[in-house]
Amino acid sequence: MDKLLPRIPFSKWIDNGVDWLIDNFGSVFDGVALVLKTMVEGFVDALAFVPSILLAIIFAIIAWLISTRKIGIFTLIGFLFIDYLGFWYDMLQMLSLVLTSVVFAIVIGIPIGIWGSQKATVRNIIIPILDLMQTMPAFVYLIPAIFFFNIGVVPGVVASVIFAMPPTIRLTMLGIEQVPKDLIEATEAFGSTSWQRLSKIQIPLAKPTIMAGINQSIMLSLSMVVIASMVGAPGLGEKVYRAVTQLKTGVGVEVGVAIVIVAIILDRITQHAGSKKQGGTNS
Amino acid sequence: MAEQIAKKKIEVKDATKIFGRNSRKAVQLLNEGMTKEEILKVAGATVGVKNASFDVYDGEIFVIMGLSGSGKSTLVRLLNRLIDPTTGHILIDGDDIVAMNKEQLRGVRRKKIGMVFQNFALFPHKTILSNTEYGLEIQGFSKEERQSKAKEALRLVGLVGYEEQYPSQLSGGMQQRVGLARALANNPDILLMDEAFSALDPLIRKDMQDELLQLHNNMGKTIVFITHDLDEALRIGDRIALMKDGEIVQIGTPEEILMNPSDEYVERFVEDVDLSKVLTAGHIMKQADTVQVDRGPRVALRLMKRLRISSIYVVDKKGKLLGAVTAQEALNATENNQSLDEVLITDLPMIPEDRVLTELFDIVSKATIPVAVIDEKERLLGIIIRGAFIGALSGNGQFINENRVVDMVDEKNTEVNGNG
Repeated sequence: MDKLLPRIPFSKWIDNGVDWLIDNFGSVFDGVALVLKTMVEGFVDALAFVPSILLAIIFAIIAWLISTRKIGIFTLIGFLFIDYLGFWYDMLQMLSLVLTSVVFAIVIGIPIGIWGSQKATVRNIIIPILDLMQTMPAFVYLIPAIFFFNIGVVPGVVASVIFAMPPTIRLTMLGIEQVPKDLIEATEAFGSTSWQRLSKIQIPLAKPTIMAGINQSIMLSLSMVVIASMVGAPGLGEKVYRAVTQLKTGVGVEVGVAIVIVAIILDRITQHAGSKKQGGTNS
Repeated sequence: MAEQIAKKKIEVKDATKIFGRNSRKAVQLLNEGMTKEEILKVAGATVGVKNASFDVYDGEIFVIMGLSGSGKSTLVRLLNRLIDPTTGHILIDGDDIVAMNKEQLRGVRRKKIGMVFQNFALFPHKTILSNTEYGLEIQGFSKEERQSKAKEALRLVGLVGYEEQYPSQLSGGMQQRVGLARALANNPDILLMDEAFSALDPLIRKDMQDELLQLHNNMGKTIVFITHDLDEALRIGDRIALMKDGEIVQIGTPEEILMNPSDEYVERFVEDVDLSKVLTAGHIMKQADTVQVDRGPRVALRLMKRLRISSIYVVDKKGKLLGAVTAQEALNATENNQSLDEVLITDLPMIPEDRVLTELFDIVSKATIPVAVIDEKERLLGIIIRGAFIGALSGNGQFINENRVVDMVDEKNTEVNGNG
């Protein structure tokens, strides 16, 4: 087909950019990779150190304390079910990947969200980037991630963090901006500094919304585990991936159910963590 | 007047606030005499407050009143720079807060000015006590100190025992008490109250007004009170500034505003006022004819005959009101050779000069002789006649005294009054 202009070499520019980053910041990426790898493996080792039944009970008690007894019981039964399916270690690997991603999504996301809520210019720059992060097909992150971090769990974590962070940032901004204007006026009228306004009023009042963002981040990073397994991240996602390539329906469903159980447990616990102990309507 | 001598606490000098992008241009247009609507059309900017100038004296209650959109809430926010004025100066204790940097401004807000908001603006995640502590907390007071001050403030507004409750557990009136306590806890000189009682129902509102007046009497703070309710303004204000379209149209005492509206707008505003809540006995009393007690019944009788009245008030040498005597009684006394003392009616209706008319309906309607208005030494200042009472309520100016104080009269006064 004849075109008026030659094809734009956009992909070339990106490739050159990636090469340049690897050449110049290779050691930085190695350092990041080491931290992430150590963290994920540390989680796995720590969790695997405890016998499965005992760990299931510990999780159940934590779930009960944070949310309700019903969810505690569901947690116990769910984890024991996964254990008896024989996926315990895979489940721990997946959980460690999710935990690591979420920790980074929170540690990076909340400060960015707070910053964005304070300055309109920052917000105007952040929001399109968030849109990009969320709409770009997740597979696309994996390709440069392999170049930067090799195959294995690390590119999986990085892709999960990028994919899972936007809700935390968005809802942190939203939660802080939703604090009623007259409360902000009140803090100003009493002579609060910006930090006092944020730490004493805005962030505490935004907490339920921020928790909803973290909940969303957890769910999104869970949804990334299968994709992450394509670059070599171990865990339940890898089992699903293998079942798909080998067309094993039974195993696929088994693992799928296990992932769903973990998802429900994490979702219910974090939802309750957000709604509990807020306001003073219940004396 | 006493207020004129008092120290100026807040001075607002030619303050203007323009909302919108072209504020500089709008100020220029405003100075050229354009109206609010024209500026909105030409520059796309909204005039919030236009060339406001006024002083608030130490210890007075200064009410800024106007309808919604008149700029009163913007104006009060200029006073602690929650909104920055576009031009003009605002002086608090002589210091221009417009020229202050953030740090100095924070200092003024922390030490000198407390604010109470229309919708209370309590922090829902904090208890009543820690809400009240907030202003002290951010100043870094120790926990014990701020708690004891906060408890004292809560005691002042009558909320002992609610310290550990949350705002949502309290009624509207109680929540606003917390708002007031929070502002008082810092012990500021100035209280800004932005429609503080407007969200409360009428009965609670009246209670709160009374309590505010009492607190004001006890603590002597300077209060700037914003309201859209004229009755409220007249009830609590020492002086009132009336606003319209961002401009102050009149500043004066409640009486001045009622009696001499500066223009049609003010006049229309005040015409629906319930006069019985504003006018006092002093406004409608007439000069009274009296007779000194030692002159005897004959003199009293002659005086009544000459003045064509059926009863007369009897006073002692110092003008202290002793009672009244009717023509019939005086006639009986002359026939039986009694002194005036013996035929006096002493259980007279007597009221102080500052009693408002709403509280007089009952007394005036039951009285058989005109109601006596007395001062604190029980001297007779004047009398209230039923006809004048009704005439004043109907808004007829000829029954209302411009000057509240009517000179005391004695028996030599020959001016005829239609007693009875």
